[in-house]
Amino acid sequence: MPDQPAPGDSSNPANALMQLSGAEITVQALIDEGVETVFGYPGGAVLHIYDALFKRDEIKHILVRHEQGASHAADGYARATGKVGVCLVTSGPGATNAVTGIATAYMDSIPMVVLTGQVPTPVIGSDAFQEVDTVGITRPCVKHNFLVKRVEDLALTIKKAFYIAKSGRPGPVVVDIPKDVTDPNIKIPYQYPVDVHLRSYSPAQRGHHGQIKRAVEKLLAAKRPVFYTGGGVVLGDAAEALTTLVRQLGYPITSTLMGLGAYPMTDKQFLGMLGMHGTYEANMAMHETDCLIAIGARFDDRVTGKIEHFCPHAEIIHVDVDPSSISKTVKVHVPIVGPVQSVLEDMLAVLEDLGGQPDRDALTAWWQQIDQWRGVDCLRYDRTSQVIKPQFAVETLYKVTNGDLYLTSDVGQHQMFAAQFYPFDKPRRWINSGGLGTMGFGLPAAMGVQIAHPDAPVACISGEASILMCIQEMATCKQYDLPIKVILLNNGYMGMVRQWQEFFYESRYAHSYVDALPDFVHLAESFGHVGMRVEKPDELEAAMREAFGMKDRFVFLDVVVDPTENVYPMICAGKGHHEMELPPTMSERELA
Amino acid sequence: MRHILSMLVENESGALSRIAGLFSARGYNIESLTVAPTDEPTLSRMTLVTSGNDDIVEQIKKQLNKLIDVVKLQDLSEGEHIEREMMLVKLRATRDDRDELMRLVDIFRAKVIDVTDVSYVVELTGASKKLDAFIKAVPEGLIIEVVRSGPTGISRGEKGLTV
Ligand SMILES: Cc1cc2nc3c(=O)[nH]c(=O)nc-3n(C[C@H](O)[C@H](O)[C@H](O)COP(=O)(O)OP(=O)(O)OC[C@H]3O[C@@H](n4cnc5c(N)ncnc54)[C@H](O)[C@@H]3O)c2cc1C
Ligand SMILES: Cc1ncc(C[n+]2csc(CCOP(=O)(O)OP(=O)(O)O)c2C)c(N)n1
Ligand SMILES: [Mg+2]
Repeated sequence: MPDQPAPGDSSNPANALMQLSGAEITVQALIDEGVETVFGYPGGAVLHIYDALFKRDEIKHILVRHEQGASHAADGYARATGKVGVCLVTSGPGATNAVTGIATAYMDSIPMVVLTGQVPTPVIGSDAFQEVDTVGITRPCVKHNFLVKRVEDLALTIKKAFYIAKSGRPGPVVVDIPKDVTDPNIKIPYQYPVDVHLRSYSPAQRGHHGQIKRAVEKLLAAKRPVFYTGGGVVLGDAAEALTTLVRQLGYPITSTLMGLGAYPMTDKQFLGMLGMHGTYEANMAMHETDCLIAIGARFDDRVTGKIEHFCPHAEIIHVDVDPSSISKTVKVHVPIVGPVQSVLEDMLAVLEDLGGQPDRDALTAWWQQIDQWRGVDCLRYDRTSQVIKPQFAVETLYKVTNGDLYLTSDVGQHQMFAAQFYPFDKPRRWINSGGLGTMGFGLPAAMGVQIAHPDAPVACISGEASILMCIQEMATCKQYDLPIKVILLNNGYMGMVRQWQEFFYESRYAHSYVDALPDFVHLAESFGHVGMRVEKPDELEAAMREAFGMKDRFVFLDVVVDPTENVYPMICAGKGHHEMELPPTMSERELA
Repeated sequence: MRHILSMLVENESGALSRIAGLFSARGYNIESLTVAPTDEPTLSRMTLVTSGNDDIVEQIKKQLNKLIDVVKLQDLSEGEHIEREMMLVKLRATRDDRDELMRLVDIFRAKVIDVTDVSYVVELTGASKKLDAFIKAVPEGLIIEVVRSGPTGISRGEKGLTV
């Protein structure tokens, strides 16, 4: 910037009357909101905004190679930091390309603000060049969206967008801005609102005290209690409070795919993930528990299995900030509407007041039962294999990175293997698309994570099918020197699809073989990166060490893994938690 | 069970589609929907009739409340309330049928608001059931057209649905 003070800088009283155009307001509002990074892609409808962005260097703009990449990157940034991710795309195809990323964020409740350009207000509705009804298209996959019709509404709308995105149950908010609203020649006085109040929106701040007390009493009276926690604990930054409560009670805890890392996964009280590909001990504990406490989890169908078989013996307590998550699919006995963090604090306080103790004898018996289930060794796999097993690859990744890694994932078997074999001890380290299950998420999400944490190790675990869905983002990684490590578990198949076809379609592998794959090593090299390939188990660790040793390079590690491996345990459709398919035993494998 | 939901919503262009979209996206029943501005120009009042078992209706209310544009929601069916619907019916009214039709109009306290040589337009207001009954009572073949507003409602007593 030249030597004049930044516009809108409220510390300078002369600026109270700063005259800004809509384009400048957009940029200034982002700065005033504390936004440091915007992921975007220019086009006609946002050119005024880009021009305003060009003149300011308080905001870093990351140029992606496809707008899906922008929305996933903003999403990854948000997941890794808890801040609102921001992206900026043009009208029409720019907006439609971003939709997959918006829906991905929506399903996982990720705070995001998406600024989309729109055709000028006078031509809206006339099928103008690059016009789509962005507000209409995104309506079902956003927390809220706005069309800004007047430049006077711009600052307040942006303020509202950020407030809505990050408060209560977070989610993406789209702000659609017609080009004439950003006209550089129309200047108005600018002031960013300090506060915003919406008469129709006031998310719960505290849980109901009476309900919290009831919940604690039930927990203390339980003989076979289980904590079932989810993404809400991560989103609500309540990992510490959760860990304190769980440790204090000494109860077993399991987590959904989205909650992994909120409670240290290497801790002995942690039973592993639950649900379709959850551990035997976690799912059996769910089946036998007499008191289930769900915290920031939404009873997804991948978790519950068949509802009629879900926790048949349990009284259920549910803590969630969104009332519509409570008793949606499973009837809950003690609903508590509130943010996890404050509810957990209140629970700890009530626990102290009551001075009660859990039933130690019952708990000992319960843990003995759980240890028996653990003895089943439900994550066993063939460790003598001459081809690389995907499980072994993830275990090696854990070893090489000492468990200290931000790991993003694509969607498929590799995602499940990562969830099962990489125990995260901290929240916001495991970053994946759970609700929408979006292939193509991993690489752009990793960009967002790496930009948020420039010095941290960041890897993306992927499959050869998933990675091709946003492979163009390797160019972005080159432009911004993002030293991400792609760990490709290359099984030559859409493994997850192949597994279902093997189980449920008598091994008719309809279009799940990924033919005509590129040479990933050369592909990575052609983008200016390092490409490596490993085929033998005994070469894997060294290769990974070499890859992670290149601290300032993007490395694409193509790991050739067993094409026939399946993800176990598995709860098949229509089954309950107690009806898992377990991996074949050693002798079964030899027979086959 | 049938529920009549009354809502105050922000008087903004997108509000109606958000509500209609919610019902279609989640597969909820929507029997009727009426909407008009209120004495407060920034608010619209919407009356929506839906049906479903208790769990579904509970979820419908939670989802509606979650919409940013919905300021307040009341399930009128949960308390004492009054429902009114307005109907305009065009009837074939030739010489022979006129007496019979006028008798019906009287009985139902309806009004004839348009007359030609061969037709009447009848206006009738009341609970939806009364409107149904009128249609049933009209001799076969005489109905040309029926327009109904869908029910609107208000709770009894002094308490109002306001912001
Ligand atoms: C191939 C594949 C396989 C899968 N298999 C499994 C599986 O085996 N097991 C499994 O668990 N999942 C699995 N999933 C993921 C699954 O689809 C769901 O995404 C996941 O189970 C949902 O996690 P959650 O219940 O933690 O909810 P989230 O989607 O994380 O929702 C969070 C909940 O917390 C609430 N919340 C948010 N913030 C707060 C706050 N501050 N305070 C209180 N509450 C808050 C929200 O309202 C919401 O109800 C799989 C996905 C894929 C793609
Ligand atoms: C965009 C998108 N299209 C289709 C699917 C359905 N799908 C789920 S997993 C999967 C296969 C993924 O294959 P790959 O990336 O090779 O991973 P693997 O299962 O082999 O580890 C497919 C096609 C999806 N989740 N997302
Ligand atoms: Mg594959």
